[in-house]
Amino acid sequence: MEQRTPTLRNVAWLWFAISVAVLVVGFREAIFLVPTDAAQGDVGRIFYYHVPIAMWSLLFPYLNFAASLAYLYWRNRNPLKALTADAFALASAEVAVVYTSITLITGSIWGRAAWGIWWAWDARLTSLLLLWLLYVSYLMLRRFSSTGQTQTLAAVLSVFAAVDVPIVYMSIRWWRTQHPAPVFGGGPNSGMDPSMLPAFFWNLAGWGIWGIFILLFRFALERRRQLADQEAALQAIEASLEIPQ
Amino acid sequence: MKSLLQYGVHVLNHLRKDLRIEWRSRDAINGMLFFALLVVVVFGLTFDPAGYPTTTRQISGGILWVALLFACITALNQSWTREQRNQVLEAQRMAPSPASALFLGKAIANMLFVLVVEAVLAPIFIVFFNLHALGNIWLLALILPLGTWALVVNGTFFAALGLRARNRELLLPLLLLPISLPALLAMVQATTGVLTADLDPIQITTWIKQLVGYDIIFTTICILFFETVLNAE
Repeated sequence: MEQRTPTLRNVAWLWFAISVAVLVVGFREAIFLVPTDAAQGDVGRIFYYHVPIAMWSLLFPYLNFAASLAYLYWRNRNPLKALTADAFALASAEVAVVYTSITLITGSIWGRAAWGIWWAWDARLTSLLLLWLLYVSYLMLRRFSSTGQTQTLAAVLSVFAAVDVPIVYMSIRWWRTQHPAPVFGGGPNSGMDPSMLPAFFWNLAGWGIWGIFILLFRFALERRRQLADQEAALQAIEASLEIPQ
Repeated sequence: MKSLLQYGVHVLNHLRKDLRIEWRSRDAINGMLFFALLVVVVFGLTFDPAGYPTTTRQISGGILWVALLFACITALNQSWTREQRNQVLEAQRMAPSPASALFLGKAIANMLFVLVVEAVLAPIFIVFFNLHALGNIWLLALILPLGTWALVVNGTFFAALGLRARNRELLLPLLLLPISLPALLAMVQATTGVLTADLDPIQITTWIKQLVGYDIIFTTICILFFETVLNAE
């Protein structure tokens, strides 16, 4: 079994402490310091959670795709490296599902307050929902497929999902649009009032650091599981080699 | 050039084999046909299509595709099970023909089965739903095969992918539906556009183009990754 060095453990604790500290600052900024939105009232404060998490939720599928490609590349060349890539793919897919779920839920709460409805079949909402469905189906495949095949099949499905995402994005955008225009680069009136920036960036940083923390934590956990499996397999082989007395 | 021709011969052989097996049992076509008919009847009972012709035109594109999608899933689940009996699949893995030829042969065979079902189902559908299309009905001759190929190519691939999984029958729709949703959107929109004549012809053309793009992209990656999936162990 691989030993966790004390340094690594200290770094992990430090990282955790930093993420909590940044999130606390972000909470104070978003809830107490930012002036109340003139048009939306206090409901608008959910923006500081919804948008940063939505932005990060788009990053993790890329990590999953990259790790899956790495797995497919190393599968026959270097199986141990391939296993590491697979653990990373699994961890990033799970974090992607968590972040997209939070985005969908916070968006839904905001939609109820601002639009009067929990859900609308609008372009951005629908494409994010489809992204969420794709990665849930990825996790389903990992759960259902038989051992020994799981990693390869999941990596192939990840490639399919990654190819599907831009198609989904284009076709849904072509279908309809109702969501508020993108805050950045969405036209002449986009961008934020300077008073909103600190709260936004503290939360963006905080949720990024937190996301990377849970990603690496889950990755370490999966690596330990893989190593324990290898150990068990090795012991089984050794036991079968012993001559019965 | 010669290798391409040889590849074509392999695909044709696989296709002939699948068609012959189906001809002897006719399980897939009969099952799909009756299943799709049942779905159409169930929707007909719930919506009273004869009473509201405008609403019927708006929803029947969706109903037709949902019926075909569910029917496809039931048949696709069975299409690889045939190969598992007597370890035929293991023999296929050892055969000198490329793995993707096996996949293409089976996908084309499944496509033909679903087209037969569509040819029988479409007139029944028109009669039951009292359909009177307002647009250019001949466009459907383009939309139906393109949409069917989108469902069948991914469906055949994912059926092979889930072949050795627990809960195989449940896994196929769980994987196929999320990947197919953009194609489903395109084919339903195009079909509804033809039936209601509400959509601009340019919009219908765009949906058809999207469908063509989807078909080309996914056919390519299915062919690229089939060998990986077949030998995943």
